[in-house]
Amino acid sequence: MKKIIKYVITDILRNRIVLVYTLFLLAASFSVFALEDNSSKGLLSLLNIILIVVPLVSIIFATIYVYNSAEFIELLVSQPLKRKTIWLSLFTGLATSLSIAFFIGAGIPVLIYQANIIGFTMIGVGILLSIIFVAIAMLATVKTRDKAKGIGAAIMLWLYFSLLFDGFVLFLLFQFADYPMEKPMIAVSACNPIDLSRILILLQLDVSAMMGYTGAVFKDFFGTYTGIVFSFVTLLLWIVLPVWYAARKFNTKDL
Amino acid sequence: MIIASNVTKQFGKLKALDDVSTTCNKGECIALIGPNGSGKTTFIKCILGMVVPDSGFITFKDKNILHHWKYRDGIGYMPQIGRYPDNMTIGQVLDMMKDIRNKKTALDEDLIKAFSLHNLLNKRMRTLSGGTRQKVSAALAFLFDPAVLILDEPTAGLDPVAAESLKEKIIAEKEKGKLVLITSHVLSELDDLVTRIIYMQEGKLLFNKTIEALRHDTGEDKLSKAIASVMTGLTPNLSSKERKF
Repeated sequence: MKKIIKYVITDILRNRIVLVYTLFLLAASFSVFALEDNSSKGLLSLLNIILIVVPLVSIIFATIYVYNSAEFIELLVSQPLKRKTIWLSLFTGLATSLSIAFFIGAGIPVLIYQANIIGFTMIGVGILLSIIFVAIAMLATVKTRDKAKGIGAAIMLWLYFSLLFDGFVLFLLFQFADYPMEKPMIAVSACNPIDLSRILILLQLDVSAMMGYTGAVFKDFFGTYTGIVFSFVTLLLWIVLPVWYAARKFNTKDL
Repeated sequence: MIIASNVTKQFGKLKALDDVSTTCNKGECIALIGPNGSGKTTFIKCILGMVVPDSGFITFKDKNILHHWKYRDGIGYMPQIGRYPDNMTIGQVLDMMKDIRNKKTALDEDLIKAFSLHNLLNKRMRTLSGGTRQKVSAALAFLFDPAVLILDEPTAGLDPVAAESLKEKIIAEKEKGKLVLITSHVLSELDDLVTRIIYMQEGKLLFNKTIEALRHDTGEDKLSKAIASVMTGLTPNLSSKERKF
């Protein structure tokens, strides 16, 4: 398994997109920190950039990469290798390289300007988001054979998680405005890794007061030890479930 | 060595393989022939475990291959269109395969020499012509000295010199007692290679005969003519266009 991961990572590193992505993150984070006089304000701006860019790049890059490696996968499948090994190596290779890119691009500036618990949470969340969206991308690629359809599905999934879901939550809140929605909102937020990450960091930043009563309920839940464990476990589930399901599908897929 | 029993595979409405059963033994060189889309490649992919049959099973050395992977150690496969990671060089691809196979005994580098691939080791795969890719695929199939060779249209795209050295290599391996499975459309090329013919059409195995039996039955010496005469006998209601194959 190690061998294939090695080949996948060297192949991705030869592909300059990941390098460009790293440089973009570096430029964005340094300029954000340089623009704001208060580095925790800078962190807040960086958060918004990261929550849009990291999922987008991870899901699109991973989808296109898996489709472009179709022949490589075919070559490996005809060799004495377990299919599960091939699939998990591909996932590990993609997740590792995108996580490293994120860590160099955004993690290092954060460590320079804001090396505290908030900074660490932010780096952890960014890496988790990179991995989650690679996992979701691999699920999309295993489900659709057609490249254009698969990439389309990946873009739709990203749109859903970063825009549509918020609209859906707002709609839900307005429709059920007369009912106490604060507690169910916690469950709803677990359905979207991006929202969950945002809540985690916003609560660390102590701007939850601006989120009204819901913010207070969130603070009560996510601020506690159980809440943090719950959210990390949920984020991990967002990795494990798609990868597990995609690996199962790949095991019986016709190539 | 390879036994297929009632293998059936359906892609949507298309029945790619319909109840195919056959046995392949050591020292044979079997030609899988048939029109385009007759299920030859699907059958090969079933043997390699790349396509999972809907029903029926395939055994390799008396073991069912379903969800197994170790058996592929004994197979060298040359795909119809060999495509490799674009950014890798030929040398890197060869090293990677050696690394994956992790074979302890000596490697068979005859074809690398015959195609003089060492002069191209630093070329990236995306810059290669179709023919050179085919050479790499062929070299990889023979490199690990496998007991079974599966060659999907091996000579398509190769220049005459390379095709000839590949043919010599195939004959040499057959003499060593290996099982060779070839699909091809160039029947004249198969004349001095094959010992048995499997003819497929629309996913069905139409006939399965040794070449001597075929020559004897049809009275034709050339394989292409023998096949043509069998086909006209087998399917009298084929249109002339189809008969031309």
